Formats: sequence, C-alpha cells, structure tokens
Amino acid sequence: MTALPEPRMRCHLPTTLCAVLLALALTACDREARRFRESPPSATPEGLVQLSPLEPGVPTTPVSARNVYLENAYAVSEGERRFNSYNCVGCHAHGGGGMGPPLMDDQWIYGSAPENIYETIVEGRPNGMPSFGGRIPSYQIWQLVAYVRSLSALTPSGTRSARTDHMMMFPGSRTLQEPEQPKQSGRPPASEMPPS
Amino acid sequence: MTHAREVVALPATDHEDDELAALRRSWRPRHRGLWGWLTAVDHKSIATRYVATAFLWFLLGGLNAALMRLQLARPENGLVGPDRYNQLFTVHGTAMMFLFAVPVMTAVGLYLVPLMIGTRDVAFPRLNAFGYWVFLIGGVFLFVSFYLNTGPDTGWFAYVPLSGPEYAPGKRVDVWAQLVTFTEIAGLVAAVEIIVTVFKQRAPGMSLNRIPLYVWAILVVSFMIVFAMPAVAMASTMMLAMDRLVATHFFNQAEGGDPLLWQHLFWFFGHPEVYIMFIPGLGFVSSIVETFTGRRVFGYPVMVLSLFITGFVGFGLWVHHMFATPIPQLGRSFFTAASVLIAIPTGTQIFCWIATIWAGRPRFTTAMLFAIGFIVVFVIGGVTGVMIASVPFDLQVHDTFFIVAHFHYVILGGVVFPLFGAFYLWFPKVTGRMLDETLGKWHFWLFFVGVNVTFFPMHILGLNGMPRRVYTYLPEMGWGDLNLLATVGAGVIAASVAVFLVNVVRSAWRGALAGPDPWGGPTLEWATASPPPPWNFRHIPVVESGSPLWSAEAELPVATGLRTDRREFLVTTVLDAVPDNRHEHPTETIWPFVMALAIGVTFIGAVFTPWAYVVGFAFATVAFAGWAWPRGTKPEERVHPGLAREAR
Amino acid sequence: MLAAATLLALVACGHAVEQSALHPAGPQARKVSDLWWFALIVSTVVYVVTIGALLWAAWRARRREHAGAPLPPDSERRMTRAVAAGVGATVALLLVFFVYDLSVGRTLSPPPGGDPLTINVIGHQWWWEVQYPDTTPHGRFTTANEIHVPVGRPVVLLLTSTDVIHSIWVPNLAGKKDLIPGYTQSVWFQADTAGVYRGQCAEFCGHQHAKMALVVVAEPPAEFQRWLAQSRQPALPPTDSVTRRGQEVFLTGPCVMCHAIDGTPAGSNVGPNLTHLASRRTLGAGTLPNTRGHLAGWIVDPQRVKPGVWMPPNQLAPRDLEALLTYLQSLK
Repeated sequence: MTALPEPRMRCHLPTTLCAVLLALALTACDREARRFRESPPSATPEGLVQLSPLEPGVPTTPVSARNVYLENAYAVSEGERRFNSYNCVGCHAHGGGGMGPPLMDDQWIYGSAPENIYETIVEGRPNGMPSFGGRIPSYQIWQLVAYVRSLSALTPSGTRSARTDHMMMFPGSRTLQEPEQPKQSGRPPASEMPPS
Repeated sequence: MTHAREVVALPATDHEDDELAALRRSWRPRHRGLWGWLTAVDHKSIATRYVATAFLWFLLGGLNAALMRLQLARPENGLVGPDRYNQLFTVHGTAMMFLFAVPVMTAVGLYLVPLMIGTRDVAFPRLNAFGYWVFLIGGVFLFVSFYLNTGPDTGWFAYVPLSGPEYAPGKRVDVWAQLVTFTEIAGLVAAVEIIVTVFKQRAPGMSLNRIPLYVWAILVVSFMIVFAMPAVAMASTMMLAMDRLVATHFFNQAEGGDPLLWQHLFWFFGHPEVYIMFIPGLGFVSSIVETFTGRRVFGYPVMVLSLFITGFVGFGLWVHHMFATPIPQLGRSFFTAASVLIAIPTGTQIFCWIATIWAGRPRFTTAMLFAIGFIVVFVIGGVTGVMIASVPFDLQVHDTFFIVAHFHYVILGGVVFPLFGAFYLWFPKVTGRMLDETLGKWHFWLFFVGVNVTFFPMHILGLNGMPRRVYTYLPEMGWGDLNLLATVGAGVIAASVAVFLVNVVRSAWRGALAGPDPWGGPTLEWATASPPPPWNFRHIPVVESGSPLWSAEAELPVATGLRTDRREFLVTTVLDAVPDNRHEHPTETIWPFVMALAIGVTFIGAVFTPWAYVVGFAFATVAFAGWAWPRGTKPEERVHPGLAREAR
Repeated sequence: MLAAATLLALVACGHAVEQSALHPAGPQARKVSDLWWFALIVSTVVYVVTIGALLWAAWRARRREHAGAPLPPDSERRMTRAVAAGVGATVALLLVFFVYDLSVGRTLSPPPGGDPLTINVIGHQWWWEVQYPDTTPHGRFTTANEIHVPVGRPVVLLLTSTDVIHSIWVPNLAGKKDLIPGYTQSVWFQADTAGVYRGQCAEFCGHQHAKMALVVVAEPPAEFQRWLAQSRQPALPPTDSVTRRGQEVFLTGPCVMCHAIDGTPAGSNVGPNLTHLASRRTLGAGTLPNTRGHLAGWIVDPQRVKPGVWMPPNQLAPRDLEALLTYLQSLK
C-alpha cells in the first residue's frame, strides 16, 4: 500500500529526447525568424553597395541584414511575393526567363554572389534590366536576392516553399521552364502544352 | 471463492501464498531502472505516465493561454507581437485538443477499463506502450518547436491556403501537420485497444447490460476515434504535408484543388472531436454521481442509448463550422437540424443525473462538487450551442469571442470539470492515498469562479464585435474592461490549478491511506488493492449485476483456474461475457519504443528531407521484425484445458 | 448568472465605435438580433429551471439524509415521468427554435428584390479592395477599406480573395461571409439609418488579422450620389509647388511600386488605390484615423503600427515628407 508504483525514473527519457530534438531543431531556428522591422529608417543607407574594402576614416561594419535573410524561409517567401508584385515576373517569368534571362539555371551574367544580385537590382544592367535603387527598400532587395538565389538552388532547400497557389505548367515541378504565354484562368487545353 | 474486497487483509493460507507468489513471479516487471521504464507494458504504468504527460501539455498549453490573456488585458498591449501571439494561440489550441483533451481521456480509459471490467491488462499491452511513446514524441516535438520559434502559427484548424506552401513559409505548419499524425496514431491505437478489451475481456457475467456507464462512454468514444481520426490524419499527413513538402495540388485552386476540401476533411474530424472529448466526461460524471449518491444512475438503458445517439449524430454536424462558406440553403438547414438534435440526448442524460441525485443520498465530496459544477457550467455551453446551430445567428457570432466563450464552457465544463472530479474519485485507487478534501474544495471553488469570470464576459465581447484570434484591439472599441475582467478570471483559474498541483504532490507523498475501497464504490476497480498489483485481480471476479460491489451478498464471486505461472487472462464472449478462451499477455519488451522511434524519425525527418521516409521505412522494418519475432512458449502449450470452456 | 449578464451588458454598452451585433442598423442584423433575444430569454428560462431542479434535488436529498426519511415507494415512476417531461419539453422548445430559425434563414438568404447596388470586395493581406462596377469604363473606380452605401437600398457585395481566406463582417448590418480565393460569394445587406459602421476580418488570415478592418458609410441617397460622382474623378493635377514636389516624391520613390493614383502614371494594384485618400476616414485598413500626423507616422514606419504589413518603412527627407503629406492630403 505504498504510493506511486514507479517513482523517480520518469524524467530521464523526456530529457534525453528534448536534448536530441533541441540539437536538431537549433539548426532550423534561424531559418524561421520573422523580422518585421529589420532596418529602421535611416539606419541603412539606400542602395549602398561597397565595391572596395578600403574606406576613409573609421571602417563601417557591413550591412548585417543580408546574411540573415539569405537562409531565412520567411525572407525567401516575402521575396517571392515581391518578385510577383514588383513585376519581376513580367520579364523573368517565374524564373524561367522570357524577355529577361532565366534565373533558375546556373548561368549568371553579372555574378551569383548575393552582393552581385543586389547590385544588379539596385543599379540595373544594360539591355533592359531597370534600376530599382530608391524604389525598393534595401531589406526588400535582400529578400528578392534570397528568393532569386533560391530559384537556382543556391539557398538551403528547406527555406523555400514547394509551390505557390498558382497554375503551373508542370504541376509538382518547379525546376522546369515556366510557360511563356500569359496565364489564363482555367486549365489550358492539352494542345497548348509544350512538349515535355 | 474469495472475498476479493478484503483480499489483502485475509489471513493467507499456504495455498494462497503459493498462488500469490506465482502471480508475483510471472507479472512482476522483468527489468528495473531506465530499461524497465522503457520496456514497461503494464497498462497501469503506461496510463499513469500517459495522464501525467497529457497533464504536462495541459499546463504548458495553459501557460500559453495565460500569456494570451495578459496580452489582451488592455487595448494595444505590447507584451507579445502578432507573430508570437499567433503561435501562442495555435499551440494552445493544438496542445489542448490533440495533446491533452483526447489523450488524457483515452489514457484514463486505459487505466480504468481493465479494472472496471475485471481483467488483468488491456488487449494489446505492447501496442499500448507504442501508443504512449508516439504520443510523447509528438508532444515533445510540438513544444520544442514552439520554444524555438518554429511553432505553428495558422490556428489549430490550419486552414489552407494560409497554411499552404505559399503563405506559411518555413517549417512551422509542417510541425503541426506531423504532430497531428503522431497524436492520431496514438489515438487510434488506444481506441482499438479499448474496443477489443471491452468486447473480449469483460469479467464473466458482465453482459452488455451490466457494463458500467463509464465503460460504455469510452467504448462509444473509441468507435468515434476510429471513424473520425483517419479523416484528419489523411488530410494533414497526406494532403497538407504533401502540398507543402512535395508540391502536390490537393488544395491549390489554380490547379483544380480546393481549399474547402480541407475544411470538410478537417471538420469531419474536428466536430466529432468535441464529442470524443466530452463523452468520457459524461462517463466520469455517471461514475461520480453513482458513487456519491449511493444508487445506480437512473435510466441506465436511456443513458447508454443517449451516448450512442450522441456518437452517431456527432458525425452529422461538421458543416456548422463552415456556415460562412458556400453551402446551399438546404444543406445548412440539415446541419442546423442535426446540431439542434444533439442537444436532446445530452439533455436526457442531465435529467437522469438530476433524478439520481434527487433519489439518492448525495455526499458532497470534491468529486461530487465537480460533477455538479459540470452541469452548472456545461449547460451554459449547451444552450449557446443550440443558439449557434442557427445559421443566421451563427453568421453573426462565428469566429468571435462568443464562440470562444461557448466552446470553453463546453470543454472546460464537459471535459475538465469531470476530469478533475475523476481525479478526486480515482486518485486513491491509483496511488493508494487520498487527495486532501479541504484543498480540493478550494480547488473547486477557485476553478468554478475562475472559469465563469474568464469566459462569461466573452459572450458579450463577441456580440459586441470582437473577433477571435486577434492579437490586439483598438482602445476605442470599448472591449478593454471585459477583457481585463477575463484576464483576472484567468488568474483565478491559474491559482486553482496551482492548488490542485500542491494537493496532488502533497497527497501522493503523505496523504491519508486509502484502502481498497475508500468511497464504497459499485464497480470492480474497488475490489482490488490500491494501487492495484500488476495482475489487477488475484482471481477474475464474476459479475452478477450492474453494480457488482453493491449487490454481492457478502463475497464477490470469482472465477478460478487461470494459470499463474505465466501472464494469462480470460477471454469472454462479446454479448454475454461467457468465458471463451484464455490468452497469454506479452512480457516487457523494448520494441514498441524502437518502433515509436522509427515513426518519430520518419515523420520528423520528413519535414526536412523526403529521404526520411526511406530511412524510416528501413528502421521501422527492423523494429517490426523485432516486435513480431516469435518468442515465448510454444503454441501447443497455450491450449490448456480446465476452464469453463475448451479453447477452440 | 442572469444578473451578472445584465450587469456586464450594461458595462459593455458605452463605446464610441459602432461594431455590435446588438445594435442593428438594417433588416438583416435586426432579424438576427430579434432571434438572439428570443433565444436568450428561452435559454435563460431553461437554464434556470434545469439548475433549479439540480440544486433542489441536491438540497432535498441532503435534508432527507439528515432526517433519515426513506424514499417514497413510487419514486421510480415519478422520476421516469419527470425525466420524460423534461425531455419532452426540451424537444418541444428545440422544435420551436428550429422553426423560428428556419423562417429567419428563409427571409434573409434569398437575394433582395428591387434594384440592389452591387459592389465587389476583394480581400488582401491585410486590407480590403473595394470596386464599384459600372457599365461604362469611366464610371468604374476602385477604393479601399471604406464602402459607401445609400440608406434604404439593398447592397450586394460580391466577395473574393487574392491570397488567403478572409471573412467580411459588419455586425451592425449583417452576418459574415468568407472571401475565398477562387470562389465568388455574395452577401447582401441594407442600411436603414445613416451612420458609420465598422467591420473587421473574421477569418484568421495571418499576422495582421487583428488590424484588417473597414468602415461602411451609410448616407442619404443624394449624398451618396455626390460621393459617387466625386470618386469617379481622377486625381486633380497638383496646383502649387509643394504638392508638385509631393507628387514627384510619390512617383519617384518607393510609393509608386505598390500604389495607384488615377490620373498619374502610378498604377500598381499591390496596395490600396490612393486616388481619393484624403476623403477616407482611416489609414492602414481601419487602424488609424486619417490625420496628417498619423499619415506621416504610417508612411515613415508602418511596421510599428502593423508589424508584418507589406508597406515598408520609408526614409524621406523631412521636406520631402512634408511635401508628400501635403500632396496626399490634397487627394480629396
């Protein structure tokens, strides 16, 4: 007639499990953060990209936000939505290219480093790429950079969503080229499908 | 024949000593320490830790609720931001529904059912252990994710497209989808065990019309689990997880999927879930009322039928969560009718309890107070439930604080009040010590006041336009005072739960000794020692009425002849519980734990890489082989003549 | 409990903003509010009777225990009768309620007769796009977070969403209806008294679900027609140097990436259409009053007011900000 048939052993396993899961999940931790007020106004000068490591006076620390964004799922997702709403899709389609070069292959005319892509967006490039400096706040450009890099699998796979809620020419696959014709409501007839 | 109620006190003869020693030898756990803990299969130790774990999730989920109440205490409060708040309420809802309310009910069932029907263990003890481990991994997964800022944030209902790949980036919703899988596996496993145990292992003589009402309740619920949970398991694991992880299009409107499909699948589970939670509560109340009025619950057949009707009709009203979506008028009327109809069986049961109290000699113990508190609180949730069955009215209050008030009255009233009552009733059975009644009364009154102060004002908030799931509100909306009142109430609830915890810890340590039957209860669990030995009953009791301990003249008749040199139990027929066969229970084994780990690796790993399925499949194959590896006695030794009927 | 309810209802009465299902301003909300009061009274009676029976049973049994009186011999039969009567009464009341409820549902759900005004409402995270359709192109216009309706004329809202599911709910006028991507649903209401009725998104839709509100402005038909005519006009070109500078800031800065002002090159529909911003009552989807100070705060740091909202913080030179504010405030 004693109390509680099995007393002390209760806590070992949950602790162990917790520790293992904690270790596993810590890796995913930074990927999940959602930063709403990353760059308070006037903290980050617009469009500043440092091309030379030399600078007069006391060296400034580099913009820290970009590294945080590049592997952050929320930033990639925001970048994707801005890619649509700022009409990047108009020229690059959903990465497959059209009037502009495709972004999901491994050819980079102006370099694939985050800073290069940032510059390309801010400064524009000859033959059609407009300059968005001053039109898009820098943190959003970093989000766009993160998304663009994810198109050619330059970010960890876990940061990018599997699909969007839109029509896809090859449902289930985002690695193939997107259609060039404008989207229609409803399914396109089979004859309009490009040969796969 | 032995007087089972006094089996401990009886002077033991040599023969009895031998028998007891043999029982002890064959039923005693094979291992000690950590290994013993991992390999345990006894339904009582599994169920005890199941309840303790579920209660831990209840406390953590309650902590979330307290934070939410603090955030809403005044307008434009800055305690938590929207991102954190969304995780708070999602994890609160998910934990309370998936990790507390249903598991704690099945867990108590897993403890009580074998004792109440007079058998030695549940039907599949290893499966039982497996269910617990899966449940534990799922709960740890959710809360660890939450504390790492990866908690799901799209509501416990996870409506697509908000929870789909485009609008819920990262792994948060994947955590939710996989958690649902874990809990559904655990729930289905427990349901299957309970169904088979109740059908095939009742004590001789416990025909269908002698089954205790609580056992009927948990049986109905187990069937509901079997029918309801596959819908959400399929929806969350297959469809949502696949949409998110491998880009299927089940819910993508643009590719022929449908976001409303999710809502139908979810609520086809989600509404019966409500009844899955509170029908066992009705069973608790029946047990409490019976024990403390000293008479059987009035109208036994009506009570049982009511449980069945609730179970059936509970599947016919899921659309009343979706009145604001495109549903034709006729369809809405149908679901209104079903939603109104379900009030009838529940009302009938309440009338029967009132009649029982009227005719009995109630003892107002803490458990009885909780049963009465249940009726007082739950009926408010019931009448508002009838109101929101009305489509036009529901469209005004749907997704507002009125609904929050309604379902907290239903769930706190119908689940938590009976559960606390059950704690006070059966704690002596589980631990051998009584819970303190003075602290118990404090606990009850604080809880009763706290619940009403917290949730009653929410009705008015909802009618005055406050929607659910808002992290803040503007000062000019005029909702501040009532929200502050609700937050004060939440503090009172927290205090009452603290009193309860103190009571449990203190009483488990040095409460008054209970003895086998401290309350003079009618059902079989009071016929054995407290806490019950691993073999539950020294001899399997024979039942001759619905309240065997009250009607047994002087001694409870028992059936003898089970072998004691191995873990043997009696199988009886479904309808009349005539002895039919004998079976051997498995001994302690690590494989259920290994299998649960394999499931854990598969589903948690799948969030990060599809290769987890390959690895997990191999792992699970090994675990399954280990589990199913033939061992123990040879089959020919299992047939052993000498009981009421020959096997086969 | 009833007393507590009354007390709480009294406490909750005095608030400035009209967003309550209990203050109906149209036939839809009024019928539902009548149904509510009926249901409340009936349920209160049922509740009091049930709990009264329970307490009486407990009290009576307790007294008998002290007195040691035995149960009356015919108690079984009396109890059966009492329980049967209770169940019968429950069934009867539920039937009455069901019939009443169906009759309310039948009067409210068919589309209104007469000449209803049709308005398209499109849900966005986290604001409402409001389109007034017309047979002629110049008669169409788009606004946001504010619906103007004439008093006494039924209004049909055609609802859809571009992203996730939202739900429109203006409790003083009508019950809610979901805005589901890929579906078009309709809801109708009619305002019988002029006034400003606030509504709010009622289906959880992400970070700023809490601050996705709108106002319905019900005004006399003549006033409504004036508003309609005004809203159809494109924005007037700037007249002085400050507003000219303001427009320049708007068109050369980040604003133009998301917002449209009819009559200027700005034509993006990512954010609310600002053609008549100054005539609207609120900013940030019903979150802030539309004053110069709030507008400045909203432009400079919207993430402080609505964390997670799509509008980015904007860094503007003080003079440019002043010019932009003046320009935006001239958009009547």
